[in-house]
Amino acid sequence: MATVKVYSTPTCPYCRMVKDFLKQNKIEFENIDVATNTEAAREMVTKSGQMAVPVLDIDGTIIVGADLGAIKKALHLEG
Amino acid sequence: MHDLIIIGAGPAGITAAIYAARKKLNLLVITKNIGGQAAISADIENYTGYQYISGPELVKKFEEHMREFNIEAKVGEAVVGVEKMNGTFRVKTDKETHESKTLILATGAKPRTLNILGEKKFKNRGVTYCATCDAPLFANMDVAVVGGGNSALDATLQLMKIANKIYLININPSFRGDEVMIEKVEKSDKVETLFNTNALEILGDKMVTEIKVEKEGKRKILNVQGVFVEIGYVANSDLVANLVELNKRGEVVVDEHRRTNVPGIFAAGDVSNAPYKQIVTAAGDGAKAALSAYEYLSRVR
Repeated sequence: MATVKVYSTPTCPYCRMVKDFLKQNKIEFENIDVATNTEAAREMVTKSGQMAVPVLDIDGTIIVGADLGAIKKALHLEG
Repeated sequence: MHDLIIIGAGPAGITAAIYAARKKLNLLVITKNIGGQAAISADIENYTGYQYISGPELVKKFEEHMREFNIEAKVGEAVVGVEKMNGTFRVKTDKETHESKTLILATGAKPRTLNILGEKKFKNRGVTYCATCDAPLFANMDVAVVGGGNSALDATLQLMKIANKIYLININPSFRGDEVMIEKVEKSDKVETLFNTNALEILGDKMVTEIKVEKEGKRKILNVQGVFVEIGYVANSDLVANLVELNKRGEVVVDEHRRTNVPGIFAAGDVSNAPYKQIVTAAGDGAKAALSAYEYLSRVR
């Protein structure tokens, strides 16, 4: 099972889209709210080199944005 | 060989898929995501049958409705090219190639870019097109918002709660938005509005550090860590720019039957020249496009 972290903000609709997609595919993930957790926000910027949410860390693979194709690939999902 | 390929699964694409499935067409939906712009709408209060529903909830209902028909859908697959063959169409994605007798373009719209130096380089490195997403990352920083309509005002209102200072850069001499929002923005001592001002270039190192602007021939550098671009939307028509007729705004030109100038290709929703870009009108367009495709197939079969 892959370790999945989702860096997100509560208001971000693309974050919600990604989280819904993970839930639909029964993928467990840790949601990290970077709006309130400034340390996690810094960690996210360092990891991704970018200032934008959502950022996904799937076993070390960093994906910026609601790129469902890339997320499927990193999780080896079919279809 | 499919009867129909629908590209996009927002309100237009999903509705087209439902209508086509009920006509028992052999169809394929290829889409980057489900819901498109509707999925990222906060409050929807004008979709018939719902006094209030959130974007994600409405999209969930759309998707459930589509899934009822066991429609083949490639979600997360990006179309990279569309070609007209001899009486058929070939759709290339980042994974494979599909063929069909008809096509419905329902690719929607995306945020308009400024097309200035530094914008691409610093996208997601300080430059953002989604204030609702990224505003919280700019806590206590100085930022610029570019635009003068409701979405620029809305971004500014969100940032007033978070950022240290906001430069609101407006190319026009006044705002084009709701009075209620304008008043709030004008009252804030965090906001400095620059009218008749052009954004020229975005500068920085790893991240944005400044934006160069010009007002009445005079250039000025503003130190900012974020640039929020809120200047409207543009049709996602790049894929078919060499295939079908587009208007000056880059929208696919269709007639009242949602037919493009190429027989067998139809377009629906925000990618097309249909006026009033609404969820309900996009859905209606999708229905028309599917029925038109069905009629076309009955004639050429």
